[in-house]
Amino acid sequence: MKSSAARALGARDAPGRLGPLWTILFRYGPPRWTEYVLKNWSGQRLVIGLPYLWLLVFFLIPFLIVFKISFAEFSPLGRPPYEPVFQWLDEGALQIKLLIGSYVYLFNEPLYVSSWLYSLKVAGFSTILCLLLGYPMAYAIARSPPTYRNVFLMLVILPFWTSFLLRVYAWIGLLKNDGVINNVLMGLGIIDEPMTMMNTSFAVYIGIVYSYLPFMILPLYSNLEKHDLTLLEAAQDLGASPTRAFMRVTLPLSFPGIMAGSLLVFIPAVGEYVIPSLLGRTDQLMIAKLLSDEFFLNRDWPKASAVAIVMLLLLVVPIMIFQHFQNKELAAAKK
Amino acid sequence: MKAQGLFSKVMLGFGFLFLYVPIVCLVVFSFNDSRSVTVWNSETSPSLRWYQRLWHDDQILAAAWVSIKVAAMSASGAVILGTLAGLVLARFGPFRGRAMLQGLTTAPLVMPEVITGLSMLLLFVSLEQLLRHFFGVQFDRGIPTITIAHITFTMSYVTVVVQSRLAGFDDSLEEAALDLGARPAKVFFRITVPLILPAILSGWLLAFTLSWDDVVITQFVAGPGSNTLPMVIFSRVRLGVNPVVNALATLMVLIVALGVILSAVLMRRQEQRRKREEQMAATG
Repeated sequence: MKSSAARALGARDAPGRLGPLWTILFRYGPPRWTEYVLKNWSGQRLVIGLPYLWLLVFFLIPFLIVFKISFAEFSPLGRPPYEPVFQWLDEGALQIKLLIGSYVYLFNEPLYVSSWLYSLKVAGFSTILCLLLGYPMAYAIARSPPTYRNVFLMLVILPFWTSFLLRVYAWIGLLKNDGVINNVLMGLGIIDEPMTMMNTSFAVYIGIVYSYLPFMILPLYSNLEKHDLTLLEAAQDLGASPTRAFMRVTLPLSFPGIMAGSLLVFIPAVGEYVIPSLLGRTDQLMIAKLLSDEFFLNRDWPKASAVAIVMLLLLVVPIMIFQHFQNKELAAAKK
Repeated sequence: MKAQGLFSKVMLGFGFLFLYVPIVCLVVFSFNDSRSVTVWNSETSPSLRWYQRLWHDDQILAAAWVSIKVAAMSASGAVILGTLAGLVLARFGPFRGRAMLQGLTTAPLVMPEVITGLSMLLLFVSLEQLLRHFFGVQFDRGIPTITIAHITFTMSYVTVVVQSRLAGFDDSLEEAALDLGARPAKVFFRITVPLILPAILSGWLLAFTLSWDDVVITQFVAGPGSNTLPMVIFSRVRLGVNPVVNALATLMVLIVALGVILSAVLMRRQEQRRKREEQMAATG
């Protein structure tokens, strides 16, 4: 008994005999264990590999599956995900069958075409509204005295920490026919009968601007705050009016911020689901709602997948532009 | 300058009104003793009737418990993976596949939620089929699948926060420690982690909030029978305004406000301590 315990203790001094795992776990105690892992090249690989692997398995591969299923054939009586695209035939040959029926349908069915156009219109218009409100706000914060700046920024970010769903819900109470806005306006005698605001495109614009405003302000602020104010002074010394100085100096310099903020609003807004479901029109669906109806109600997985793929292709260019500006800002922060 | 300054200040005020009036209304009408939420019943209000109702609402309480569990697990997972990814992207220099990793971490930030939700669900369905086919194992969608989905989309936020915090410091401190003979692991735990600790903490809170709040992705990957709080709220709110939801929202706003005030106080105290120490170091 005693001798075996002694031998186990002695193993601390005799590495190698019990194999590398033993060495790692026991010869190096917990703090040194991590050292061992990090010191080695394989440790570095582990640090890179872990997040990489996770994103590959749970983010990239799912898209490949969506891509695959979008080419499957839908049969109302079958069980999803219906017929596989790849099939091993008996001779060991791989059969690949691509059915583009779902895609053809997407571009011919008027319901889909109008949903696409409507989604783009709503996202584009809301982005512009967001920019028109967010730019002056970011500008005012960036030019305010440093003591107020943090308070203002906090006030911008604070709603973001409260539930998105509940903030959209709050607008139902404001916009509906016997809601707060109509009650106040009628109480003041400005209008005689309630305005219809719920279930309109207007309500969706309000909801998107309201929910995504911080995403517009923050990139704009971090850009505007870095501006060299002596440039503006120089412009004014040379006789430029404040408006001209703004148009020729500040606005062009803030272009990366404008792009980053706008894309951060536009891209998710195209695929927005919650806001149009709660506030939007019932006769005109946005594309995300159509996707989920196709999936959950009709159980037509191929069509839902095809919608997702087309939406993704549509958004690839904006997403790449966004990443371009994002990397630029990160590189600028490094300098 | 003056005219722009005035205009932008007016817009700032308007913007803050726009941001906060709806929240204030939500809170005020939670005390309204009337079924039609937005018409103030001045006879018996303010009342705590809807809070009482909320306290006995088993569906909401059960869903809240599920949401807390999911959010805590997802935030912790997201912090581990996101911090690693942020560290790798900010400090490891060029390596093969770096651009791809950068792309994979920023894409979930802007990806429309329906796409992420659909693709995650299809992955889980495929995994189910594979497991059943090869191992005869049956697994149901539920809290584990929701957690995996939430880790995936929240870790991007942690990565961005950590990466930009690291980008704000040059690596001279780490290099100095290495030159003085500290091992890489020691450098990581003694220098890098304290530097990015605020980013890690805010990353955890951000991930928790996003997970706590998510409805679209969750709806796709949740199996039957596992309801998170946003799913319950969403299904009730679709039928119109609901005073119990107002009461719940008020409580959530209260918690967030308390948390923000607390963190501001703590941060200020830390700042003061640092200043005092700097002064003492300068004089002593």
